[in-house]
Amino acid sequence: MKRRDFVHLSGLGLGAMMLPNFPVSGRPVSAEALLESGVDVAVKKRLADAALNAAKAKGATYTDVRIGRYLNQFVVTREDKVQNIVNTESYGVGVRVIANGCWGFAAIVDAKSEADTARAAEEAVAIAKANAKLMKEPVILAPQKGYGEVSWKAPIQKNAFEVPIKEKVDLLLGVNDAALKNGANYVNSVLFMVNEQKYFASSDGSYIDQDIHRIWPIFAVTAIDPKSGKFETRQTLSAPVGMGYEYLQTNPKDKITGITTRYNKGYDMLEDVIAASKQAKEKLTAKSVEAGKYDLVLDPSHLWLTIHESVGHPLELDRVLGYEANFAGTSFATLDKWQSKNFNYGSKEVTLFADKTQVGSLGAVGWDDEGVKTKRWDLVKDGTLVNYQAIRDQAHIIGEKESHGCCYADSWSSVQFQRMANVSLAAGKTPLSVAEMIKDVKKGIYIIGDGSFSIDQQRYNFQFGGQLYYEIKDGEIVGMLKDVAYQSNTQEFWNSCVKICDERDYRLGGSFFDGKGQPMQSSAVSHGSSTARFNGVNVINTARKV
Amino acid sequence: MSVILTEAEAKALLQKVLKYSKADECEVNLLGELRGNLRYARNEVSTSGLLINQNLSVQSSFGKKVGVATIDEFDDASIEKVVRRSEELAKLAPENPEYMGVLEPQTYLKGSGYFESTAKMTPESRADAVAKSLGLSKGQNLQAAGFLENRNGYTAMINSKGLFAYYANTNVNFSLTVRTDDGTGSGYVIKGYNDFNKLDTAKASSIAVQKSLGSKGAKALEPGKYTVILEPTAAVVLLENIYFDMDARGADEGRTFFSKPGGKTKLGEKIVDERVTFYSDPQHPDLPASPWSGDGQAQGKTKWIEKGVVKNLSYSRYWAAQKGVKPLPGPNNMIMEGGTATLEEMIKSTKRGILVTKLWYIRPVDPQTLLLTGLTRDGTFYIEDGKIKHPIKNFRFNESPIIMLNNLETLGVSERVVSTESDQSYMVPPMKIREFTFSSLSDAV
Repeated sequence: MKRRDFVHLSGLGLGAMMLPNFPVSGRPVSAEALLESGVDVAVKKRLADAALNAAKAKGATYTDVRIGRYLNQFVVTREDKVQNIVNTESYGVGVRVIANGCWGFAAIVDAKSEADTARAAEEAVAIAKANAKLMKEPVILAPQKGYGEVSWKAPIQKNAFEVPIKEKVDLLLGVNDAALKNGANYVNSVLFMVNEQKYFASSDGSYIDQDIHRIWPIFAVTAIDPKSGKFETRQTLSAPVGMGYEYLQTNPKDKITGITTRYNKGYDMLEDVIAASKQAKEKLTAKSVEAGKYDLVLDPSHLWLTIHESVGHPLELDRVLGYEANFAGTSFATLDKWQSKNFNYGSKEVTLFADKTQVGSLGAVGWDDEGVKTKRWDLVKDGTLVNYQAIRDQAHIIGEKESHGCCYADSWSSVQFQRMANVSLAAGKTPLSVAEMIKDVKKGIYIIGDGSFSIDQQRYNFQFGGQLYYEIKDGEIVGMLKDVAYQSNTQEFWNSCVKICDERDYRLGGSFFDGKGQPMQSSAVSHGSSTARFNGVNVINTARKV
Repeated sequence: MSVILTEAEAKALLQKVLKYSKADECEVNLLGELRGNLRYARNEVSTSGLLINQNLSVQSSFGKKVGVATIDEFDDASIEKVVRRSEELAKLAPENPEYMGVLEPQTYLKGSGYFESTAKMTPESRADAVAKSLGLSKGQNLQAAGFLENRNGYTAMINSKGLFAYYANTNVNFSLTVRTDDGTGSGYVIKGYNDFNKLDTAKASSIAVQKSLGSKGAKALEPGKYTVILEPTAAVVLLENIYFDMDARGADEGRTFFSKPGGKTKLGEKIVDERVTFYSDPQHPDLPASPWSGDGQAQGKTKWIEKGVVKNLSYSRYWAAQKGVKPLPGPNNMIMEGGTATLEEMIKSTKRGILVTKLWYIRPVDPQTLLLTGLTRDGTFYIEDGKIKHPIKNFRFNESPIIMLNNLETLGVSERVVSTESDQSYMVPPMKIREFTFSSLSDAV
């Protein structure tokens, strides 16, 4: 299912949601079926061994087998109606091999027998041998030790799939009711839950069983001024997270109060929709921004997307090398800049790191989709470009002895490739609160929530909007603004970063729908930061007369 | 059983499914498709794949309680199981007040999107087509990255009121980015057809090669308002945002560009230059589409914007009943009528302007004005006194396709084009536009 289908299905309207692509594949099933246990781990090992042996017998020098069961549930409502309740399940096996120095991949749906998985392995070897004729150099794979039989489970407290549908419907209809009572003319809300049950086996001797959970509660409210015909929307300030249903349990310690309440590891959907409904109305009469240079104070609920586009993507090694040239693009962060060891990606304040282990993040797993143990590493250290994101067949290009562990496939039926790890901005080391940061700003805009976003194919020039904009004058927030977007250049922007709040303010944002590859695959990724200040950024006014 | 069923085979299977139904109403959808692809980068093949997909979806309803279940195995036991499961789900579901019941039998136009040439494509024919493309960039200090994907498939549906619909079609899309080794030039081409015989990968690739070599040494031009000539690949990614917005419900609710104060809509109003006409037509010879919509409604030739005036907005069956009008499904294709000018003539008549090959990363900025942002990419050129003078650096733009179609100078001949944003195919002419708003420069090549 593509983003447009999801947007249509959820009634959110095009452009209403930041949802590049939605990877739900599989068949609708009953909610109860989502709780049935999948294939037993001992059976999976037998199925995997059959594929490993079959590939080896046909001449593969390396093989990995992914047996995946992917579960999705989403509950879609608008105003007082439940529009849709969808449960899907997808199960199958993907086998990847190296034969004659070339990759080959084949997948089979509903693989139940050793003969099924062996057949997929043999097809993968045949494809590898056919494609080998078109290869210039054989694949060089970074060495990887086998881990034996191991497992990893996301540390969730409450499996969202165990919560009765009625409870979820009641939550969303309650949220919608609160929106309508507080000034919204329309409201759409969705509860979106994912469980990936992934088994990985490789000819290196790993048998890895993993259980991953994600949840994303979202809404969009619309306020209309019938006289002028103007309308404004305000979307949720929640984040998609690698958590269970506990994310929806409200807890005062997870709330960040201020001009509007923001959330950390627990999300109060009802409180947020009440604020959103009032703010959407307030936007209708807010002051239209005067274009010019402003100091920007960017909340983590906004900054995650700027990090994603201007740091996460350009530092993916496959883009740097040209493998995504025909679709997602290449990168300004070329190898010579990294080799120089003095490329100023940002100011001295700026350290950006990749991390596949952050608890509660979307990218957290024990091992990646080629059996590499996950870790944290620096990409930009004190402002200087120091590394990229690379997987096993790329590590040698940047002189690394091992993969970074950021290989991912969005389904058993998709071939795994390099995907973005959680890429985050390190919190400031000096104690600094948001209030203290704003106190020093003479002419600025405080931006909360993500909005419109666009960046060029080499990740230089970008433009971002948000959900809420507040004008800062002489250290005080003086009122709400609208029609705001900022434009900058990646290197200039990160070099204009002068202050970052300390770790008390550190929060994750993210998306389920990072798209890359042809055919396109979606990946879920989080980006953490504390509120940060960027000086003298170009702000444009987006209002136009038609 | 083959993955691609004929109309008779599909009908027999669907009738069998219906026999198991015990619900008030039942609707069954069937899909089968084969997709093959070949991807290359850095002048060599990187990945290739084959996807076989078949799916049977059963929707059962009791009153306004609806349940859907699907399956990809078609033996008798599996079929009975999926029908029973959809009935169980329907009984458990909350009432859907917007459920309109299944449709009476409809009369459809004849579909024409299937071509044997595409259906017969193999890994070898894909490799041959790509080899012709790779041959052009070799030995020229160029890096080619491309993607060739073909699909052969059908969809069919039946319901308990006797409606039956079937449509088979084929499609092949080819796209290519050619970059100079030093990274200072880049060119792009994309072509899509139902008939593989129409795809000439070598000819298409030569366009990307020429644009790549021609875009080396780009000079910076000040951002601002310029006359632009948008090639169809560039224009379509802006125009489709108008098409996506042409739904009556959102407009009636006051929350789209097509809304007007006081709960009214722009239906019947002139919104763009009178030379602008958009229509959908499932039987268009260059852009055939399914003659029925996803819910089984018949698709005919429909004018959406005629001579600049909004002629139609789509109405779902539910919304049409609410408003007391006839339902009109969203279109399955969209054709913009063109003029007679060639691209060369448009360049020749331009005193000062910019030729745009492609636009990239299009995102809505303000839904009230349909304001969009994005950037030029893979071949942007400065025109002076009727001639292409030199390549220029890429720009970011902030512009509304509505404003753009009010600033229309010239329309060229409409041609089939694939949107690089949505992957949909359309008929769009190249067009010359005055005062197109570029807001900043980009260093990206």
